[in-house]
Order: sequence, then structure tokens, then C-alpha cells
Amino acid sequence: MTKMVWNRILELLKGYRHLMVLALLFACLQVVFSLIIPIYTGYAIDQMLGVAQVNFSALVGIISKMAVFTVIAVFAQWGLTLTLNQLSYSIIHRLRCESVDVIEHLPIKTLDERAHGDFISRVVTDVEIISDGLIQGLPQLFSGILTILGTLAFMFSISASITLIVLISTPISMIVASQISKKSYSRFKQQSATRGELTGYANEFLENPMLVRVFSYQEETIHLFSEINQRLYSSGQKAQFYSSLTNPSTRLINNTLYTLIGIIGAISAMNGGMSVGSLSAFLVYSTQFMKPFNEISGVLTELQNALASLQRVIDLLDMKQEIEPEGLHELSAIDGAIDMQDVAFSYTDKPFIEHFSMTIEPKRIVAIVGPTGCGKTTLINLIMRFYEINSGVIRIDDWSLDDISKDSLRHSIGMVLQDSWLFKGTIKENIAYGRPDASDEEIIQVAKETYLHDFILRMKDGYDTVVSEEDTGISQGQKQLLCLARVILSNPPVLILDEATSNIDTRTERAIQVTIDRMMEQKTSIIIAHRLSTIEKADKIIVMKDGRIIETGKHQELLSKHGFYSQLYQAQFENQ
Amino acid sequence: MRVFDHFLRYKKHFVLGPIFKLLEAIFELLLPLLMARIIDEGILNHDLNTITKVGLMMLALTISGYGFSIICQYFASVASQGVGTSLRNALYQKINELTQEQVQHLGSNTLTTRINSDVNQIQLAVAMLIRLAVRAPFIVIGSVVLAGIINLQLTAIFVAVMILIALVLYSTMRKSIPFYRRIQGKIDQLTLVLSENLSGVRVIRAFAAQHRETKRFKEASQDVRQDLIRVGRIAAVMNPLTYLFVNCGILLVLWFGGKQVDGGLLLSGQVVALVNYLTQIFLALVVVANITVIFTRGFASSARVNEILKLQPQFTEGALDVIPSSFTQLEVQDLGFRYQDSHIDFLQHISFTVEEGEILGIIGGTGSGKSTLAYLLNRLYDASCGRILFYGRELKDYRFKTLRDSIGLVMQKNALLSGTLRYNLGLSDPSIDDERMIEALRVAQAYDFVFKDKQGLDAVIEQGGKNLSGGQRQRLCIARTLCKQPRILILDDSFSALDYATDYALRSALRSTYPHMTMVFISQRISSIQYANQILVLDQGKQVSLGTHDELLKASVVYQEIYRSQNGGAEHD
Repeated sequence: MTKMVWNRILELLKGYRHLMVLALLFACLQVVFSLIIPIYTGYAIDQMLGVAQVNFSALVGIISKMAVFTVIAVFAQWGLTLTLNQLSYSIIHRLRCESVDVIEHLPIKTLDERAHGDFISRVVTDVEIISDGLIQGLPQLFSGILTILGTLAFMFSISASITLIVLISTPISMIVASQISKKSYSRFKQQSATRGELTGYANEFLENPMLVRVFSYQEETIHLFSEINQRLYSSGQKAQFYSSLTNPSTRLINNTLYTLIGIIGAISAMNGGMSVGSLSAFLVYSTQFMKPFNEISGVLTELQNALASLQRVIDLLDMKQEIEPEGLHELSAIDGAIDMQDVAFSYTDKPFIEHFSMTIEPKRIVAIVGPTGCGKTTLINLIMRFYEINSGVIRIDDWSLDDISKDSLRHSIGMVLQDSWLFKGTIKENIAYGRPDASDEEIIQVAKETYLHDFILRMKDGYDTVVSEEDTGISQGQKQLLCLARVILSNPPVLILDEATSNIDTRTERAIQVTIDRMMEQKTSIIIAHRLSTIEKADKIIVMKDGRIIETGKHQELLSKHGFYSQLYQAQFENQ
Repeated sequence: MRVFDHFLRYKKHFVLGPIFKLLEAIFELLLPLLMARIIDEGILNHDLNTITKVGLMMLALTISGYGFSIICQYFASVASQGVGTSLRNALYQKINELTQEQVQHLGSNTLTTRINSDVNQIQLAVAMLIRLAVRAPFIVIGSVVLAGIINLQLTAIFVAVMILIALVLYSTMRKSIPFYRRIQGKIDQLTLVLSENLSGVRVIRAFAAQHRETKRFKEASQDVRQDLIRVGRIAAVMNPLTYLFVNCGILLVLWFGGKQVDGGLLLSGQVVALVNYLTQIFLALVVVANITVIFTRGFASSARVNEILKLQPQFTEGALDVIPSSFTQLEVQDLGFRYQDSHIDFLQHISFTVEEGEILGIIGGTGSGKSTLAYLLNRLYDASCGRILFYGRELKDYRFKTLRDSIGLVMQKNALLSGTLRYNLGLSDPSIDDERMIEALRVAQAYDFVFKDKQGLDAVIEQGGKNLSGGQRQRLCIARTLCKQPRILILDDSFSALDYATDYALRSALRSTYPHMTMVFISQRISSIQYANQILVLDQGKQVSLGTHDELLKASVVYQEIYRSQNGGAEHD
């Protein structure tokens, strides 16, 4: 539990000062009035001296006062609960929002490297635990401390000497509680880390149900899952057991205290030191006094759990983000010239692309070909700024990519990747992803142009049919067509097609070629494709191998060179 | 097994835990009673002996109570974490038993929430059940009984107070259960948006739609928040009302107690004891009120877990684990298929026969049912009509593993798992040796790029193979299936990201390395399938024609069109 974490907690609570103040106010009211009531109980009992010696008029007065106090305490408590709810659920919400704000700015590399399930576990489960423990716990801690102080004051007013016994025992229970919570903190930390691991593991397989089945991997994955799960059990069981010792331990101390007060109080009452009524009030106080201790110690363990989760959320919030400086240029209507000069890039510590230079004139069609793994997709990643170059410069219309905002850059480029991606939503929403304001007519128009219209109409709810990436009722080729339709609808000045039609059959491809050709008119287009028929028409073909450009030129020029391109080209006929 | 059955596994803990808690509670209850003796016998009679004797007894009770409660806490931690662990295992196992279609229908997001969030809620409820819920009623009932011993008339007040409180607890619980179910459903939605944000990050950023996605998440989160606050409002009345009723009880006890003291029916020390019991009851009930929320959420969550646990797989595996010999290898008879909630046939009247070592090509337009046919051959789905015979026996007679090891499917959508390459290649059988893996990599034309790095088979693959190019992923996926050395290899458009040279090299290596392996090539490229023994042409789920390349060129209009679309350009050159 470092100081930093506490600072973060305070920071987190900052925006909710008014709620905190309100909560404190209600807590004070509640504590004070619920503490006064036992005093009056004592008074009331002192009116009952014995047979025919009960002072009823005084009793009525006392009871009616108590009634008023009760009502105040009830309302204070109600207000406190409502305020705390508001506070804690707002903080859950806020933590989640802050988390996605961070995720939004994380480099793609970071996202690729980590299990998505672990992110989910942090944002969903850990945040929940924080609010359960921390947010509900802190005020309980506060009202607990208030109760203790208040009780002490009231007790002092009755008997100083007995109160001293109570005071001596206080450090003991605090020490016991803190020892226990120290022990449980490390267990809780381990528990939430293992929980993240389990979610990460399971999520990968839950997202790929077909893989598990095709490879008959069920038994194995169930086995591995249960292994992680077993570790989660053992850390969870220990965390829970150690933390649950706090309550009984403080209760042990408090009950001992209760007994001691009783014995000493009785002796002193016997000697006329205090009245039976006072002793009764005192005993009620000592129970009252125990209650917050029990609560606080219980809260402390909850806090440990929450802190362990908070640490994980803080780790997420502190991940290195890509934050853009202010005042970057916003690209608007552009010509679409792309220029790369002496670019170097690597995914790992091994250089992948070095001294790479390439120029694409505006409104031209450029095709990039080469064996897989030669760096074609990497180029796209760099132009889209999914990854940052190590050195060199990439320019678009004479603007260095570093000087323009990423959003405006990406708005200017339409990209279709080989891996289609549909989000869970209607077909209509999926097509209109790049332009949510598109009208139904426009959506239907592009669906027709991409030969999806008939298929969509055959689906259960037509354009309103809900689809998702996991859906197998819609074929891979159709998903690619949907992704293509998306980009056609958003109509950006630069177009990147990375194997965008690889799963589409050639007849359909040929049919939509008209659409694609029309789309590429007046646009800078970068095409990556293995089907060489799609790239024959390119204004320029760039042939890559091992991260380098080895040939450039038009189709016919390259063929007549009898180089690498011509080999690639011949391959598709030779082998038939 | 439903959620409740998992509780039964911990019967002993569920019984013994509360019993020890009960003992502790009884001891605790005895304390005020003994205290009353100290006051009424000790102080009033000036009897120091009684005071010390009773005092020591109280200490002994306190210490043994502590021992009992430790035992109870231990049982509680074992049972609650045990139930949670066992539920997670059961859920995960159930999900893996369900069919592809069922899992897909549920969606991974809701499954993730159910394994995590919902099981956590149940776990918490179990812990509280053992630790607190049982203790509270004991204390409450015990207090009432002991109060009854002191004074039967005043106990009526106790009973009235408790009935009122029980009503409050019951009605808040009833009101809030549906809320919590809905909230868990909204957490599903939250998980969905978040995981889409992660998996679709490239597309989202390419459309510069991060802000929109973030907003979508925030809206989902806000939705959860509002529901939580709303249900919180219902729960918020519990504690204050409990406090109100208990205090009214105290006031009544004081008033009527005062009257009885006046009438000589009661001692003032007994009034103290009665008030103490009410305070005890209050403290216990505060706990009950707090855990009522936990129970309510637990109930809602166990209903959601049960929803999954009670699902039955749409179909189950057969018993056959030996493959009969001397039959036709694969026979498809009048096969038809439609998805459960669909009204269109994805496949109709498909019939063909494949002999050992043959090559079958399948070609057809986008959405013509090629992949669906591959799924059916792997029994990922069950045919709606018609039959598929593998060595003379229907697919459903075989065990899944036997079938899927013999019919190796390379899925169109390549999926690699985070971990080493060796782990990925050994997915079907971790005991596959390096030699076999290397052979598979060679055939799949993946050897060079894998062994360019010194890590080789130990190379780390990121989630979904994100650190590899599309073509590399495809080749590794092919190698992974080859490691199974299946009798039939189905390649579902698995060359789409490969250049023609690699495509050719791969197909030649396949043929020469595994001459007896039957191969089903599903492809868009005529060049990939034209030497097949027979080619199946599909169009909108229907079998248009079946024959060799030459036959089809003559007879099949669809095939001719496809052929022209791929060679048309070349003809003009």
C-alpha cells in the first residue's frame, strides 16, 4: 500500500467533493444521534427504581426525546446510504470511462501483446471490487472512527477510569487487524492477478469456439483452465480465510473487554461508584464501541482486496499512451501524394525495414506485391500510423505524418483489410460505420454496388439483421464485401486495399470491379493483392522482398525485365 | 448439474460452518444474560464471589467462541471459493460441450461475464451465507427466546418488530432481483463493447472512430451506473427501516417495562437485558440487510449461470473410435442444411463420393455454402437432412476426436493462439514430436520464415497471431492441421493470402509428401483445383455440377463463367 495509491484514491474522490461532504454530514448526524439514544436508555432505566417507584412523567419525557432522535438518525442513515450509492456507482463509471480513454490511446502494439481478457477483467471485475471495497468501505471507516471517538467521549462523561481500560485495548485490536490485513493483501493481489490470467486464457478460446472443436482441444483446454482455476482457488481461499479472521479476532478482544467492563463496573457499582443505570449505558456503549471496530476491521480486509484491484486498474491507467500534441494540422481535402523517405522500422529489436523510400503520386493506383511477410502490410501499418517509424519521414501532401492529427489522417484514408471485422450490430450499422449519418438509400445503393443487396434481403430481418464477427451464417467473402461497402460509403481521398477481396470469388470480384474502379477514380489507391489480375492496371507496381523494394514499374515493363515480378506473374499460369 | 448441485458438494461445510457459528453466537448471546446475573445477583447482593465466578465464565465463553468462529471462517472460505471454482469449471466445460452454433449464438462476451462476474457474486453470497446469514437468525431467534424467558409479555414487542423487518427484507429482495438480472445483462453489453474495442482496434482507428467507440462504452457504463443507483435506492431503505423498527421496540420495552417494574413484575436489570437483546437483534439485522443485497445479486447471477448449465448440446458424439476399413472413404448423400433460426437453406441436395487419396475441388461464389459444407464434413454442425458417410458409417457414429483427427479442417478464418509456435502446432496432440512439426512446416512452406529466427518452434506468437503476416498465419494454420496427419485434409480457402508461387509449391509438397491423403480444396482459384479428380460447383447452396475440369468446362455454365473471370484477362493478352 504505497503512498501513491492513496494519492490516487484522493484524486479519484476529488470530483465528488460535494457528495463526500454530504456523506460526512449524514454520517455525523447518524453517529451522534444513534449515540445519544443509549444515554437516554440509561436515563430511562434510572427512572425505574423499583416497585411503585417508577417516575412515569420523566419516563414519558425521555421516551419522546428518544423518538425524535431515532427519526433523525433514521433519515441521516437513509441519506448516507443514498449518497454513498451515488458516490460509489459514479466512481465505478468514472474508473471505467478513464480506463477506456486510456485504451483508446494505447499503441496497437500494446494491445496486440496483451491478452484482451486481462483488460476486460481489469475494467469490469477489478473496478467492481474497488467500488465494493474502497468506496463503500472508506465511509464506513469514517463513520466507524466517528463512532469510536463519540463513544469514547460519552464514556468518559460517565466514568473515566473504566474508559481507560477500553482505551488500552484499542491499540491491541488495531495491531491485530493490521497484521491480518497485511497478510491478506498479498493474497488478494495474487488472487486478482490470477483472475486476470484466467479471464485472458478463457477469453481467447471463447472467442474461437470453432478452433477448439476442430482440434478436439476441449479436454486439454478444460484441463488447463481448471489448472489456472485451481490456482485461483488456492489464492482466493487463503485470501478469504486470512481476511475473515479479522472480525472474530476483534470480536474476541471486544468481548473480553465487555466482560472486563462488566466485572470492574459491577465492583465499582457495588462500592457505590456508579449507578446500575450508568453501568447499563456503559455496557451498551461497549457493544457500540465494538461494532465500529468490527466494521472497521471487516472494512480493512475489503480494502485490501480493493487496493489489490485498484493497483491493477492504476497499472492500466498508467500504461504508456500515445497522446498527440495540441495544434496539429487537420488534413482536409487532400490530393493524396504519399512520400516515404529513408524509413526504418522494426517490430522487435531486429530491423525489419531499413532505408525504405517510396513515392506515390496523387490520384494514382499503386500496387504492392511480394511474397508474404515481405512487409507489405507493415507499410500500411506505418502509413496509417498504427505503428510508429523508428527513423525517416512519411509525408502525405508534403505534410509529415508527425505534424498532422491521426484522426484527420485516417479520415482521409479508407482501408479494407484481409481480416474482416464486423461489430455486433445490424447490417445497416455495419455498412454505415464510417459514416453513421448515411441515409438508407445510400446504404442500399452501396450494398447493391457490392452485390450484397440480394443476400441481405434474404436474411431474416434484411438490413436490420444483427450480425457479428463470430457469425458463421455470413461467409468470409460476404464479410469482406461488407467491409468494402463500408469504405465505399465513406468515400475518402486515399484508398488502401490490403488483400481486400481475397475471400471473394472471382466472378463477384469481377462484377464489383466496376465499383472498385469507379471508387479509385480521382483517388490515390494502394492495392495489395496476390491475384495479379487485379493489379495489372496499376499505374505503378512496387515489388517488395524482405522489407526492400526490388523492382518498380508498370506491368508490361516489369514483365519484360524478366525479374522477380515476372516470376511471380508466370507462377499463376505455369502451375495450372 | 445446476448451481445448487455445486453447493451440495460442500454439504459438510454448509452444515458444520454454521453450527460452529451457532455455537459462537450462543456463547455471545449468553454474555448479556450472565451480565444481568452480575448486576442483579452480584451488585444488589454485594456478592463479589458471584461477580468473579460469572465474569470468568464469560471470559471462557469468549475464548472458545473465538476458536469456533475460526473454524467456521475456514469452512466458509473453502466452500465459497470451492463452489466458485467448481462453477467456473462446470461453465467452461459446458461451453466446450456445446456445439459451435450454440456458443456462437450466446456470444463470447456473455460467457466471459458469467464465468467471472456472475460466479464472483455467487461466491460472495456463499461466503456470507455461511458466515453471517446463519448467525443472524440464530442471534435474532435466540434473543427472542431469551427475552421470552425474562418476560413473555414484552416479547410480543420483539415478535412484532421482527415481522415488520422480515417484511421489509422480503419486499426489497423481491423488488430488486429483476434489477440485478438486468444489470448483469448490461455488464454483458459492457464486456461486448470493450472486447470489440480491443479486437477491432485496427478498423476502429482506421475510421478514426475511437471516440465514437469510447462513447459507446461510456454509454453502456452509464447505463449500468443508472440501474445500480436505481436498485440502490430500493436497498437504501432497508437499514434505516430496520433501525426505526428496532428503536420503536426499545421505546416500547422501556415504557411497558417501566410499568412492569412499577408493578413489581420485572427488575430494572432485566429491562437492561431486554434492551441489550434488542440492540443485538439490531446489529445482527444490519448485517442481514447488508447481505440481502449480496444474496439478491447472488440469486440473479445463479439464474444466469443456470441458463448456461442447463443447456444441452444440440447433438452429441457417437461411440465409434476405430475407423472401419474397406469402404468408400467419404460419401455425401443428398445433404441439406439450414441454421437453427434461419429460414434459408444454406445447402440443398449435395451428393458426391470421394475415394482414398483423391482430390476434391469445391468452387463457387461468395456465400454459396462452401465453408458450410466444410463445417458439416467436420460435424461442427449437423446436417438438417441427408447423410455423410465416412468409411461407411455416419459421421454421428464417430467420436468427435476420432472424426476430427481423421478429417483435418483448415479453417478459412485463421486463428492462432498466444503462446509458442510449438504450443499452436501441438494443439490436437501435445505429444507430437518436433520432427513431425518440422515436416509439416516444410510442407506448408513455413519452414524458412520460422527458422529464420533462432527461436524456431519456440517463437512467441501473440494473440490471434497479430505479430505475423496474413500469409504466414495461413501457412502456420495449414501446418497445424498437417501435424494431425489426417486422412482427409480440407483446406477452406486457405491459400487466399499466398502468392501463386507459394500456393503452387505448397500444393506440390502436399501431394508428394502425403500421397495417400485425400484432399478437399475449397478455393476461389481455378488453378488450385483444376487437377482435382472431381470438382464440385456450388451456387447459392445448390450443387450445380460435379466433374473434372475438362468436363465442367464443357458442361457447366457457372464453371465456365468462373473460368472466364480468371482467365479472361489472359486471353486478350
